[in-house]
Amino acid sequence: MDKKFQAVVTPASPRIMTERPARIDAKNVNIHYGEKHAIKDLSIAIPDRAVSAFIGPSGCGKSTFLRAINRMNDTIPGCRVQGDIRIDGKDIYDPSLDVVQLRARVGMVFQKPNPFPKSIFENVAYGPRIHGLAEDKTELEEVVVKSLQKAGLFEEVKDRLNHPGTGLSGGQQQRLCIARAIAVSPEVILMDEPCSALDPIATAKIEELIDELRQNFCIVIVTHSMQQAARVSQLTAFFHLGTLVEYGDTDEIFTAPQEKRTQDYITGRFG
Amino acid sequence: MTDKIKRPDPALIARRYAAEKRFRIYGIIALTLTTAFLAVLLTDIISRSIPAFTQYHAVLDVTVDPQSVDAAKPSAGDFEGLAKAAWRAQFPLATSRADRRQLNNLISNGGGDELRRRVVADPSLIGKTVSVPVMLSDDADIYLKGQLTSTTRASGQGPLSIRADGENVFLSGQGIGPGSIVLAGGGAFKIAAEGDAAPAEVIAAPSAAGDVAAGQWQILSFGVPEADRKLADRPAVWLEMMRDKGNIERQFAWNLFLNGDSREAELAGILGSIMGSLMVVFVTVILSLPIGVAAAIYLEEFAPKNRLTEIIEVNINNLAAVPSIIFGLLGLAVFLGFFGMPRSVPLVGGIVIALMSLPTIIIASRAAIRAVPPSIREAALGVGASHQQAVFHHVLPLAMPGIMTGTILAVASAIGETAPLLLIGMVAFIVDIPKGFLDSATVLPVQIYLWSDLPERAFVARTAAAIVVLLVIMLMLNALAIYLRKKFERRW
Repeated sequence: MDKKFQAVVTPASPRIMTERPARIDAKNVNIHYGEKHAIKDLSIAIPDRAVSAFIGPSGCGKSTFLRAINRMNDTIPGCRVQGDIRIDGKDIYDPSLDVVQLRARVGMVFQKPNPFPKSIFENVAYGPRIHGLAEDKTELEEVVVKSLQKAGLFEEVKDRLNHPGTGLSGGQQQRLCIARAIAVSPEVILMDEPCSALDPIATAKIEELIDELRQNFCIVIVTHSMQQAARVSQLTAFFHLGTLVEYGDTDEIFTAPQEKRTQDYITGRFG
Repeated sequence: MTDKIKRPDPALIARRYAAEKRFRIYGIIALTLTTAFLAVLLTDIISRSIPAFTQYHAVLDVTVDPQSVDAAKPSAGDFEGLAKAAWRAQFPLATSRADRRQLNNLISNGGGDELRRRVVADPSLIGKTVSVPVMLSDDADIYLKGQLTSTTRASGQGPLSIRADGENVFLSGQGIGPGSIVLAGGGAFKIAAEGDAAPAEVIAAPSAAGDVAAGQWQILSFGVPEADRKLADRPAVWLEMMRDKGNIERQFAWNLFLNGDSREAELAGILGSIMGSLMVVFVTVILSLPIGVAAAIYLEEFAPKNRLTEIIEVNINNLAAVPSIIFGLLGLAVFLGFFGMPRSVPLVGGIVIALMSLPTIIIASRAAIRAVPPSIREAALGVGASHQQAVFHHVLPLAMPGIMTGTILAVASAIGETAPLLLIGMVAFIVDIPKGFLDSATVLPVQIYLWSDLPERAFVARTAAAIVVLLVIMLMLNALAIYLRKKFERRW
């Protein structure tokens, strides 16, 4: 294997990387879209209770890899995933694994806020309901309220839980989607450019929320904004042309990257 | 040295604007033409149909003779005979066989129906005299509506002298010539065709003998000569006299909506064919909606994308373009020939039309499902819904307005479908209103086709009226489709 394309992982990130065991452990992952080789032999170990940001120029495969972590790529025709991705040591591409259970454990927040065209309550209650997480109505209400509180949305919508979720503002919709994701008590939350459709104030709120959620979840966020990566993440991974160039503590990636390509991207030389 | 700045040629700009203007004019012309055609079509059909919505009756005092009506079983009485007798009694001079036949022909075979209804409701009327509307026959009806001939009445100038000479009666007055019809003093006369001094034929005797003063008599003339008209002079004059007496009454033609088909135009109605249409549509919807939507969901959401599904897709699209008569042949060969199902029944008609509308429903449903944004599907999958849950909880409700619109439009065209039903025998003269899916029946468009073939003048209006009813049903279905779409349309 070509040495040049291998990720440089360990040396630069001693603190967080060594403090905790890896929650998500991917080894030699290759992803193809038909003929296109989107992810090339990628290995990464993502720790728990930290925010990892994936940065990189458009088309570098960061979203593709993110979607491989909860097997959302399964829904795309012609997409093949090879290699080994483990969460808590379990192979998520094991044929005996229930993909529905996996997605309940690995929640996802998408680029564009996509609440169901139903009431705010129903949006959050849907996940717990289909997984049978609530015994009765009161318990369901409790779960919904808690999730909305965790997503920092409850105070704003408590009087209109029966109003349609699509009637909220963009930032509120995105927080509703986060509430919906955490309502099924996942262990990992994947966020695919969650703020790219939002204004700066809504973005600030979401970033604040991400910082709070870090206490309880393993969060992976794809972002195009390097400032955002610097603000919210403890770890940053730089992707380029389908490979992981560098992964380490955010501070070090931004101040003293090991790789020249990372340096060039961060200083705006390309991208 | 500076580069020469290039500006667009003014002529080019002018040409561009001219082209745009031309295009607009073409559009307006096309719109105007289609609107004009539609307006002509609708005005023509509606104006033709108007006479069919009313029916003339003669209000007669009918004595309910206990000889004709048995008090124990009043519904079996000969009410038609009673009504016709009461009608004939209005014209004491018309006693010959020919006259009696002509008089009877002016009354509908259903002329006693109203009387029967009243007597059955109240048997104490037996033996009494009842004033009841008696339905006129189609010829009398369209004569009174002015469809057979125009009639003009000229007020008599100067006095009219009526002179009886033995058996003969002679009339003289200004403007009276051979063939003139004179109404005077409650009587009616027709001057013989030849000669000034020829005796007049007395159609009805005047109440008083003697001369009649100016302005008290009229000359009646018809636009269409007697030989070219369905109703001869004498029956026409009888009807005119009844109208003068105020005994003719125009009512809403409930028969049109409450009766099945009939050979008598005034009794023929569309209820039978509407029931047939409803049953056919019911069977069609019950079969094609679930099958079509299920097929669409499977093809769009679950089917693997391979050569086989591609072939199926192409064939579904092709099926939508197959002429409907082919489906009729298929129904004839498979359902009647192979499975031995009965002919002309709504069940088979519904199955055949369901086969026909399936491709339309599948295509519309697939388009509606495809139009649901993938983000909704991803959101559902993202919280751990299974593929099926994502489809049934989220995609399908959002696609429902589109599916409903497509289905209603498919059903609307199914209601208007005629050709395949001809082949499975739903083109038949059926008097009874069908009560079940295995009763012989016909449908509205086939009824229109049948009526349009009949020679009686009265069926022209009835055909147009049936077309209007069909158009109204179609319009209502389209309105329903639009309403459903607007009601369930959601934004995401």
